[in-house]
Amino acid sequence: MENPKIIEAPEVVVRFSGDSGDGMQLAGTIFSTVAAILGNEISTFPDYPAEMRAPRGSLGGVSSFQVHVGKKVYTPGDQCDVLVAMNPAALKQNVKYLKKGGVLIYDEDTFVKAELTKAKFETLDPFTEMGIADKYQLVGVPVSESTKASLADTGMDAKSVARCRNIFALGFVFWLFNRPLEKAEEFLTSKFAKKPEILQANLKVIADGFNYGANTHASVSTYRVESSQAEPGIYCDVKGNAATAYGLVAAAEKAGTKLFLGSYPITPATDILHELSKLKFLGVTTVQAEDEISGICTAIGAAFGGALAATSTSGPGIALKSEAIGLAVMAEIPLVVIDVMRGGPSTGLPTKTEQTDLMQCIYGRNGESPCVVMAASSPVDCFYAAYNASKIALEHNTPVILLSDAFLGNGSSSLRIPDPENLPEIKPAIATADMAGSYEPYARDPETFVRLKAIPGTEGLMHRLGGLEKDEHGAISTNPEVHQKMVNNRQAKIDYIANVIPDLKVTGDVDADTLVIGWGGTFGHISAAVENLRAEGKKLAQAHFEYIVPLPKNTEEVLKKYKNILCCELNNGQFAGYLRSKIEGISVKEFTEVKGQPFQIRDIEEAIKAIN
Amino acid sequence: MTQYTQADFKSDQPLKFCAGCGDHAVAASMQRAMAELGIAPSQTAVISGIGCSSRMPYYMNTYGMHTIHGRGLAIATGLKVARPDLTVWNVTGDGDCLAIGGNHFIHAMRRNIDLNIILFNNKIYGLTKGQYSPTSDRGLVTKSSPWGTVEDPFCPAELCIGARGTFFARAIDGDIKNSIVAMKAAVGHKGASVVEMLCNCVIFADGIHKLITDPAVRADKTIILEDGKPMIYGKNRDKGLILDGWNIKSVTIGENGITEKDLLVHDAKMVDPTFHLKLAMMGYSPYGYAGATDDLPIALGVIRNVEGMSYDEAVAGQIDEVKGKKKARTLRELLLSGDTWEVK
Repeated sequence: MENPKIIEAPEVVVRFSGDSGDGMQLAGTIFSTVAAILGNEISTFPDYPAEMRAPRGSLGGVSSFQVHVGKKVYTPGDQCDVLVAMNPAALKQNVKYLKKGGVLIYDEDTFVKAELTKAKFETLDPFTEMGIADKYQLVGVPVSESTKASLADTGMDAKSVARCRNIFALGFVFWLFNRPLEKAEEFLTSKFAKKPEILQANLKVIADGFNYGANTHASVSTYRVESSQAEPGIYCDVKGNAATAYGLVAAAEKAGTKLFLGSYPITPATDILHELSKLKFLGVTTVQAEDEISGICTAIGAAFGGALAATSTSGPGIALKSEAIGLAVMAEIPLVVIDVMRGGPSTGLPTKTEQTDLMQCIYGRNGESPCVVMAASSPVDCFYAAYNASKIALEHNTPVILLSDAFLGNGSSSLRIPDPENLPEIKPAIATADMAGSYEPYARDPETFVRLKAIPGTEGLMHRLGGLEKDEHGAISTNPEVHQKMVNNRQAKIDYIANVIPDLKVTGDVDADTLVIGWGGTFGHISAAVENLRAEGKKLAQAHFEYIVPLPKNTEEVLKKYKNILCCELNNGQFAGYLRSKIEGISVKEFTEVKGQPFQIRDIEEAIKAIN
Repeated sequence: MTQYTQADFKSDQPLKFCAGCGDHAVAASMQRAMAELGIAPSQTAVISGIGCSSRMPYYMNTYGMHTIHGRGLAIATGLKVARPDLTVWNVTGDGDCLAIGGNHFIHAMRRNIDLNIILFNNKIYGLTKGQYSPTSDRGLVTKSSPWGTVEDPFCPAELCIGARGTFFARAIDGDIKNSIVAMKAAVGHKGASVVEMLCNCVIFADGIHKLITDPAVRADKTIILEDGKPMIYGKNRDKGLILDGWNIKSVTIGENGITEKDLLVHDAKMVDPTFHLKLAMMGYSPYGYAGATDDLPIALGVIRNVEGMSYDEAVAGQIDEVKGKKKARTLRELLLSGDTWEVK
């Protein structure tokens, strides 16, 4: 991607809409007040209905409140990024304000026949009826029932309980946008100081709404990463996880193989499983396995059978899959292992982003067990990274670990719909039936160190694979020289791949003294920081790594040209340490954070200035 | 149908099992069953986990993979779903299948994946030199239980049938004739087929099944069940099984007015698993190990054989069904049919 820019959550327009009397104004005021307290500029736009007390649920009775939070905000924003619709009428009246790809939060419990009819919907599915089912991120929340349940022990009457629905929805919005609940609680406490019962009810309900978001791992795409230069073509919107799925599909189509995914639900990778499960009409096979290990093992079985096979997960899943990845390394099975990284360690922060799995993916297996490790750098790059990972896996008969992260997985960008003719060819390294008689399953290409794979069902090529060490004829061996040789061969196979991947590219001021580097999903933020400083007159070079094992073949040459190297990553310096271990005589400074959040562009700028 | 012999299924690797190990006989049974079935070696895959038994793929002239401990069934599931045209065998053991592999086992049963699972039950961990297994009798003294185990074992049949398995058979390692019958029935059955082989580990658990399998007592201690035939056993073929209330009872034909007509007739195709479970647990109930409390014979042969939709078939079927509902056939068609815009 050329010159990426990030559009992120701090600039968000939220529109609360519901029946007048639902307290949409109050909810909007709280959100905007808290935003202001936190230092965001705000602009608000309350939208009252003209009629006094219009019939409940009617189109004329809808009231809204729009708030735009962010930097340099002058207007409430013409379109909103998030619409909270407390009933079908609110949806109908306000959907026109919602940006394409925006978030539509609706109270599931009011989307029933009676309310839908009042809003003049004819079916039970208003989204399909309005033709918007695919246009927005629909988030159904059982607001009414949850509010009732939340206040069940208070003895409050039904009407009062219903008035608290907006506050439940507000708690949920706070979760989605990482706003701290404490400030809202302070506001409520001061507003309802003289009405302790109402205060307690609101405090409970806002916390329950917030917790609903936490418990269901609710997350929405609040980031866009766009290129400033769009090539001519036809575009569609993709979130990173969907783009990853499409990249695999495109690779299987190009290679002429079936696509198989073995996977187990885990935040934030599950959407890859969801997306591929839908694509049965493209011949995609998905197995939702009973656990992470079965996820990768079914994929290994399918790969053994000749499919392009992938498994998708996050950090904890990679830990579980490590033995199986080792089997794929030893048996030289083509496999794509996708790690959408999240906050760790252990269960960590399931919906937050970081880059802390790098060392686990490079080394986390018993024995000298090398495989390819690469990383996507933007939501749209997830498509190309998945495609390339598949190509390398099939052409070199190796597992490839593709690193993505929660930021990329849930972030959006525009994908120029590719023409398969223009995608690189994929030629799986397989033995064909005409080789029967001469096929040696354990023989290697002397240059690439690749062993050809025979697809079961092919006449005359029967052989056995396995996890035990074997000699070059496939006999199990513990011979010392054989083992050393095989360890070297497996390493050489991975090392060779440096010849088929692109060289490391340097952008910006190539002859500057300082090089800013990174890998994976930090590309947009690092690029923005570098561009901002260059616009101020600073001379900076930038290089971003897509391939980590193996490193691009010109890596040492590039790094040694610069007096100052700053590595920015969302971990405790894993890539910096890896570079130092691979390349003698370089000095790499680090800017690291492990907060579960993407970098702030200005923080990267400060870090660059500090070493310059 | 092509004629194959056992030799067509033997690889060039000599068997490395210990002299006297039951696995020698099972290997021969498998190769002969494959030959009799007439399915080409190139259309056959043998997947194993880890254990002595799991060395089997190396001795089979088929496609094969010796995988990781406990995961053979998961790998075989992926293979069969991706390649429903292949005949896929799984070789596993009491530890590989019922300890570390337990989760994959019950899900393979539940999904009814069309796999032919040969479970070598020697009631010990042989490869790792003699620890007890999930099928070892309570009180067994081993290297990891020097004062005897304090746990009851699984009986593989109860897990299989409890997880709604649709095929269960049992055979003695040295009884090649009946092993082949069971294995061929397993391959013929569409769905997860479990054949439990009562195997003897000559080094670490020699004679572990001998109370049942010793030639001197075998005829009286076991009964070979055959679909549609009356349940008769015994050295003199004079013992039979009847139902007494809830329970199965052994009777002598000719005593107390019992004739062959009074005996139970085996119906392997009963969909309800309750009676099959009872038959399979004869001699094992209630503590999971043979000879514990009752005087019933151990059931051998094909105990359960029920047809149903297999998972691999259902996956393929659903893909065809969905293809009929949606027009797009390539990724490009799919993306172009959604919300798009053009940059000129």
